[in-house]
Amino acid sequence: MAGINKNAAQIRANVVSNKRVGQYHQLIINIGDLAQTCRPGNFAAISVGGENSRMVLRRAFAISRVSANSPSGGTMELIVAPHGQGSKWLCAQGEGAILDIVVPLGTAFGIPTEPVQVLLVGGGYGSAPLFGLAEVLNAKGCRVDMLLGASTASKIYAPMEGKRAVNSLRIYTEDGSMGQTGRVTEPIAGLIQDLNIAVIYSCGPMAMLSAIDEIARGTDVVHQCAVEESMACGIGICMTCVLPVADADGNISMLRSCIDGPVMDGSFVQWDKVGKAL
Amino acid sequence: MTALDFSTTLGNAWFPAPTFTASGCASSGRELSQFFDIKAMGGVVTKSVMLKARNGRATPRMAETPSGMLNSIGLQGPGIDAFLAKDVPYLVEQKARIIISIAGETVEEYSTLARKLRSVSGISAIEVNISCPNVENRGLVFACDTEASRRVIDGVRRTIGGELPIIAKLSPDVTDLVSIAKGVVDAGADGLALINTVLGMVINLDTMRPHLGGKTGGLSGPAIKPIAVRAVYQVHAEIPQVPILGMGGISNGRDALEMIAAGASGVSIGTASFGNPTAIMSIQNELKDLLIAKGFTSLRQAIGYAHRPESE
Repeated sequence: MAGINKNAAQIRANVVSNKRVGQYHQLIINIGDLAQTCRPGNFAAISVGGENSRMVLRRAFAISRVSANSPSGGTMELIVAPHGQGSKWLCAQGEGAILDIVVPLGTAFGIPTEPVQVLLVGGGYGSAPLFGLAEVLNAKGCRVDMLLGASTASKIYAPMEGKRAVNSLRIYTEDGSMGQTGRVTEPIAGLIQDLNIAVIYSCGPMAMLSAIDEIARGTDVVHQCAVEESMACGIGICMTCVLPVADADGNISMLRSCIDGPVMDGSFVQWDKVGKAL
Repeated sequence: MTALDFSTTLGNAWFPAPTFTASGCASSGRELSQFFDIKAMGGVVTKSVMLKARNGRATPRMAETPSGMLNSIGLQGPGIDAFLAKDVPYLVEQKARIIISIAGETVEEYSTLARKLRSVSGISAIEVNISCPNVENRGLVFACDTEASRRVIDGVRRTIGGELPIIAKLSPDVTDLVSIAKGVVDAGADGLALINTVLGMVINLDTMRPHLGGKTGGLSGPAIKPIAVRAVYQVHAEIPQVPILGMGGISNGRDALEMIAAGASGVSIGTASFGNPTAIMSIQNELKDLLIAKGFTSLRQAIGYAHRPESE
């Protein structure tokens, strides 16, 4: 515990670019040398609303990708959905805007030491950090297959360049407006067998993560999921973003998704108790 | 630069600076030490610890509100034994000054907690949190009742003796705060922590039900600052000899100075740290600069300055 978020720093960082991608915004932010310590799964906490904002809390965003040596120095990419007041403000920040950011925060996806078959499953813009992860896994020699799902086509985030590191990509929408009609979880049980999957990496809504975990249970597949609970601080001091997780002895406690997560071993998360008092 | 004596005292405890974390807003202290040296502030007020480990309330545990937030944690914590074994040694090792906050469900539990703290070295004071709003039974918020408040403080005082200052943390959600403050001081409190969060609620318009798992939560942040300043002012006016640790929405040096002028001997920073991990350090530096700019040569001169007679 001595080194909680040991690479994290609070910085003022420049927005390099802000582009609309479907229903989302892609922000590239110059974070200098901190880009070298960011790992897939880590997140950034950003102040929103400017100096006299009535929004007192930071907003947490998964880092989708980093580039240590872009022309403008080390950068990180965030995919932001303009849902609430804070994310709308962030999506309105143009090139040159200065943001107060704490980064990198939280746990990262574990990378296998040997090249194995892995399956990446993303829901909505939860797919964003999976593309950066795919690049890292691909470089390790892993075979990476990806499933993306959303309610409708405009909520699928799948950039062209992101597909390079992926062996196959299948898309599912509930309304059938893109890819196959249905839920992203439907083909998983079959793929685990057919592709001899060793690890599933997932990021998206909690209901999707829980459904994946049910499929993975009883198999040898390791399920690493990036969980989502609303956070006030992002650095482990407020105790709001907790969820019930068992330890190796089966003792269940409320762990913080900001520092014990966001990436957790899905088999330890007590999905049926999420949102309930223990 | 003008010399400024920035030190303060709470009972017989001395602190080099008047800036503290607020209980429940710094976890174990380790989390913040990634961002600044925690011995550079006045002291760490720990999360309120209970006798047994506690899981706290269901999520969602927070909701942002205009210039503030609601929290509904419910005193999640490891219990006093694990806390003394794991968390306190770290703070001692960091040379941080420590105020341990305790919370109990019964008068006896507070006394038992105090007994366990009696022999712990490296502690500057004890905060007795009798006002956490996030408990199942509002009748158990001791600080809403003069007699219950007195009984808790009396029990702790009997256990602790005179060696450690006892600071009673009170709720603003009462009709007559001054009489509750006087009651706990009579019962043996050396100081007061004002204010705990203000009970509030948010309705989620998607579910059309209370948003928080615990339905109600404690409101904190700049939204409650005027309530806190008022509470400190009223209590200091009646019992000026009793040191007050003032808190409630302090987010910059000006806020801190308001609280001190109202009568606080020190300030605690909570919600501001959620939005800015280095808030305590900025507030400390801004407060120091402001005191110097206004011609004070010591923090002590500024405590309660807003109460001075018209002629001054």
